[in-house]
Amino acid sequence: MSAITSSPTRPIRTASAAPSFLGGIARFARREFRDAIASKWFLLYTLAFTTLAVGVSFLSLSGVGSHGFAGFGRTAAGLLNLIMLVVPLMALTAGAGSIAGERERGTLLYLLAQPVSRMQVLLGKYFGLAAALLCSLCVGFGISGGVLAWRAGGVGIGSYAMLIGFTALLAIAMLSVGVLISVCSRRSSVATGIALFAWLTLVFVSDLGLMASSLLFKLRVQEIFGLAAVNPLQSFKMAVIVNLNASLDVLGPVGSYASQTLGDGLPWVLGASLAAWTAVPLALAVVIFVRRSSV
Amino acid sequence: MIRAESITKRFGRVRAVSDVSFDLDRGGAIALWGSNGAGKTTLIRCLLGVIRCRGTVRIGGVNVRRRGRHARALIGYVPQELAFHDDARLGSAMMFFARLRRVSRARASESLAAVGLTGHERKRVRDLSGGMKQRFALAIALLNDPPLIILDEPTSNLDAEGRGEVVETLQRLRRDGKTLLFASHRPDEVISLADRVIVMERGQVIRDTSPIELWPTEKPIQVVRLFLTMANEADAADALREAGHTVHLNGNGLCVAVPRDNKADPIVALARRQIEVRNIEILDDVQISEAKR
Repeated sequence: MSAITSSPTRPIRTASAAPSFLGGIARFARREFRDAIASKWFLLYTLAFTTLAVGVSFLSLSGVGSHGFAGFGRTAAGLLNLIMLVVPLMALTAGAGSIAGERERGTLLYLLAQPVSRMQVLLGKYFGLAAALLCSLCVGFGISGGVLAWRAGGVGIGSYAMLIGFTALLAIAMLSVGVLISVCSRRSSVATGIALFAWLTLVFVSDLGLMASSLLFKLRVQEIFGLAAVNPLQSFKMAVIVNLNASLDVLGPVGSYASQTLGDGLPWVLGASLAAWTAVPLALAVVIFVRRSSV
Repeated sequence: MIRAESITKRFGRVRAVSDVSFDLDRGGAIALWGSNGAGKTTLIRCLLGVIRCRGTVRIGGVNVRRRGRHARALIGYVPQELAFHDDARLGSAMMFFARLRRVSRARASESLAAVGLTGHERKRVRDLSGGMKQRFALAIALLNDPPLIILDEPTSNLDAEGRGEVVETLQRLRRDGKTLLFASHRPDEVISLADRVIVMERGQVIRDTSPIELWPTEKPIQVVRLFLTMANEADAADALREAGHTVHLNGNGLCVAVPRDNKADPIVALARRQIEVRNIEILDDVQISEAKR
């Protein structure tokens, strides 16, 4: 081993040796993105989502002409329930493994010993994972869209594009929740367990809970709508249905109330709910991680 | 280069580091010496600013708490064992750290070449030996030519040859004017690299001295590990210190540095206190006189 060259007389300017705030985030994001797309879990999720999306597209195409929807619009409706199951699971588990995994492997300490801040590390990991998630979804939507365009032309392509947009919002919102869980957990297995519990709660328990509480407490329609809009999955579902149908009448009195009261502002209210589910857990995660007294 | 004032770190009710203060001038070298659990690693983490602590740390005049990333830009850190993604390839991992420290690809290659890792860029981190990982960590630490190198037991996982290489490199870096702060369990390393030794026990500095004062003998010394019949190692360590020995507890016996021709001294000192030694193991044969040169 030869000596490492060093130049003792050359002054080190601290500002030049530490990356800028955005530069540090970008470097971590790039690394996280590369690691994520190379991971087996991501490949598995992408493959599963793509296969199911293409399957739904073929099923939708089989009924073209006999029902109200056709092509992209019909597929968007068919994909809705699939997305509500798969996308939160992907995003929550990916987020849950982010910080807790690094902490458990002992790599977090080494990363924090570099000339970067905790906020740069966390945001970099978040944006890298978000980019990887969106890429994974784009593969599924892209192949499914390709099949639809080939077989049924561009009918309802607008609805399909809106579905992709709202799915992206749902994914990054669930990723924020996953990252918050990760920041609060010391072990990756615990974080994944909590993420799965959160997924079950959001997907199944909250629906049943809302139904039960509306019966038990005789909730008014505006209260039921308010509670439903607080759940990011319900917000996503309502936003997609509004986009497909132009109203929520298919959801009964609550849907009619929302359509009549909020009118054109309804998609914005539902979008804002998803945006809040992105911003608030991420902000909390940043505050907790930055203020943490240990690694 | 380093100014640490009243550093205190608690983990729940345990004080891992208690009111530690010291200064280290540019070009100087301090060794942290003490048993496992004495607080060396926690102190290093406080200096790096990766854990919050009470007190103030300034690196090159930069407050670590307020401007942590700028302070860390002045530090090259070598952990006890490199912790990095096992799947990452050496070349891409190196480039990641090079970009973080804003140095060129050419400098990254130069650093790898300097530690003898050229040609290993395609290897994954998990395929590297302990020695190679440590050399890799050293290459990363020196990427942007920082004035201060902090090392946490850098040779603990290396064989004799690997240790020699790392110590030789660190000696060269010292000659180039680098400031060193390192934790070590090896008297020869401390003597050959440090001009001050901070001896820590239970989170506190119990001595701030020079290596020569800590090991005054010119004779070759050996590090021996004593296994006690009764597991009252803290009392035994106190008894040995009172008898003038340099002791550290490492969680598996008591390690004592003794002159080679007086290996029984600590056993006699313990016997006077009715502390029975069950077994003895000779760990290192350290040539103090050679290290001093």
